[in-house]
Amino acid sequence: MSSNPTNGGEALVRSLEMQGVDVMFGLPGGAILPVYDSIIESSIRHVLVRHEQGAGHMAEGYAHATGRPGVAMVTSGPAATNIVTPLCDAYLDSVPMVCITGQVPLAAIGTDAFQECDTTGITMAVTKHNFLVTDAQDIPRIIHEAFHIATTGRPGPVLVDIPKDIVDPANPRSKMSWYEPTDADMELPGYAPLTAGDPALIGEAAKLIASAERPVLYVGGGVLKARAAEALLELAELLQIPVVTTLMARGAFPDRHELCLGMPGMHGNYTAVTAMQQADLLVSLGARFDDRVTGKLDGFAPDAKIIHVDIDPAELGKVRQYNVGIQGDCRLVIEELITATRALGADAQAERTQWRSMVSGWQEKFPLVYQDSAPGDRLKPQFVIEQLRDNNPADTILASGVGQHQMYASQYWKFDHPYTWINSGGLGTMGFSIPAAIGAKAGMPDRRVWAVDGDGCFQMTAQELVTATVENIPIKVALLNNSYLGMVRQWQEMFYDERFSEVHLSDTCPDYVKWAEAMGCEAIRVESPEEVAPAIAKANEINDRSVVIEFRTDARENVFPMVPSGKTNSEILVDPSQQGLLS
Amino acid sequence: MSERWRTIVTTVENKPGVLARVASLFSRRGYNIHSLAVAPASDERFSRITFTVDVEGTPLDQVVKQLNKLINVVEIHELDPDQSVERELMLVTVRSDGRRRELMEIVEEFQAFVLNEGEECVMLSWSARPVRLDELEQRLRPFGIVELQRTGRVALPSLDR
Repeated sequence: MSSNPTNGGEALVRSLEMQGVDVMFGLPGGAILPVYDSIIESSIRHVLVRHEQGAGHMAEGYAHATGRPGVAMVTSGPAATNIVTPLCDAYLDSVPMVCITGQVPLAAIGTDAFQECDTTGITMAVTKHNFLVTDAQDIPRIIHEAFHIATTGRPGPVLVDIPKDIVDPANPRSKMSWYEPTDADMELPGYAPLTAGDPALIGEAAKLIASAERPVLYVGGGVLKARAAEALLELAELLQIPVVTTLMARGAFPDRHELCLGMPGMHGNYTAVTAMQQADLLVSLGARFDDRVTGKLDGFAPDAKIIHVDIDPAELGKVRQYNVGIQGDCRLVIEELITATRALGADAQAERTQWRSMVSGWQEKFPLVYQDSAPGDRLKPQFVIEQLRDNNPADTILASGVGQHQMYASQYWKFDHPYTWINSGGLGTMGFSIPAAIGAKAGMPDRRVWAVDGDGCFQMTAQELVTATVENIPIKVALLNNSYLGMVRQWQEMFYDERFSEVHLSDTCPDYVKWAEAMGCEAIRVESPEEVAPAIAKANEINDRSVVIEFRTDARENVFPMVPSGKTNSEILVDPSQQGLLS
Repeated sequence: MSERWRTIVTTVENKPGVLARVASLFSRRGYNIHSLAVAPASDERFSRITFTVDVEGTPLDQVVKQLNKLINVVEIHELDPDQSVERELMLVTVRSDGRRRELMEIVEEFQAFVLNEGEECVMLSWSARPVRLDELEQRLRPFGIVELQRTGRVALPSLDR
């Protein structure tokens, strides 16, 4: 667009361009039609999805991979309700995202008009903030505010609902005189997120760390949101303190680093879970003591003092009382902690050799294990993930769905780079991986992007592979097909006396190879271990279209370790072959 | 005032939907509102919302912090009951048949106002500390309360001497 916008529709598109939006994901419809007319002239690449949920998850995948806010645009009514799931997903995982929804004309609001729904009312509880724009003149300012809110403080999704008449050039209500909004134009008197930590508290924290004999750095997704991975590496090495990375923080600290203990929590490895449990100090950085990490709360890390760092003050003390609570941006606070630690001097740190040897003892005794598949049996899902890991570069972006395959991927992949792991942690949204992988690839076209998916998840959002084909955004999908809703099956086996209820999908239907081919993908079916690596190699050679590999995996396989729901982390179940080693 | 109820005063942007955001937050997080009073502040761009929350089972600190996360909430204070002045208004219609003089003695004692008189009923209004309203209500109950409406409390910090 060259000349200045004169109506709300043009102003909206120009406002998005001014925010640096290069790609957006969406699907047009009645109420948003005038905006789509303005998009034709825009520099923004619009990716036409096949379902609005796909647009939302693509925007999330884009944001996870690039660190920039993802943008989705859909029409009113059912389109808005279809994108509620991604909004909630982004809200729980603090993903910066701006969602534009069309709305019926102002005068029709409240009349139960065609495709009308109360979008701002419905999304109030699943967005960081939302707006209903009532004046075309406000559009540049509100879009500026929306991006500001989505990306600052604790990031999150922001929705902007726009009635049709204020963007439709045929309607006089759409007339506006263009201005370039600046921070000074923002009307957000109630929003001023703090970023730096309180120096007095930083000093207190540094002293508490120095005197700790069994400390653990408990790293959450906030470290990635704050782009603090480098600072974290420096802090951990300076202090020589072991690090656990939660499901949302995989890659924030390199898995191959000797201080890295990997993932804690319900399906975390024994060492990460037990080190937290035995710690005398947890330094929580951008983590929120989620129930999947703590297990039964009153038995969680009973001897640990807590330093809790979070940009959201409401997280401090929400779940677990802290000894030092620091509100601040993780990167700034970590840098301040480094300075404060240096000021204390090199010999200020407590003796920790015994702690380190305890930890490495657990690592030796309880590595992640699984039994190789017997000849003729279906593949072990862990083996497939290991092969994927070993046959792809370390900076490969891995997007996951939700369930057993997600846990295997988090456990067996080696994340050595930040922003390479994209998954739905808080909401646990099945069907997340394919659209999220497409969004990541759209944002990072030069990187290899694999989606790890289960057959249950695949059937929820696979249609977006049509989007990938038509829009030429080639991704690779490792479909672990065990014919079951695997995680639910595992719970029914372990906690419901093997009474399997509504978890068997089908051994024969759909034919994933035919389905993938119909969507324009290369498709490969793999049934034996020796076919796994060649199939991955073949997939990696194909870059002009998406590839789906269906791995036929063993439904009897369960994810271990496991802390059963309602138990404390001390009651962790390791792989049955190791259970005898627990003292 | 019992320790169970605490008063929170917020200044919010005077925009459509703000009360719904606040109410939605309370409902979503399972917080219990005992009373709620809303009206525009002296600066019309803002409104004041005064809540009384049940702190049994609702962590006050979390209520304040979660409210503060709402973009439209500009300021938030918890009022210390010992350092604030609280008032609530009550309108009440009471049966007066045959006991009118007795009723008027109570009105006089509490310095309440008679707003309206019918053949068998009297409508009273009184503004006072919420505990005092409770007392008046108790005293009126034997007469037969026909209708009663209380506003929910409003409060301001006490002045320094």
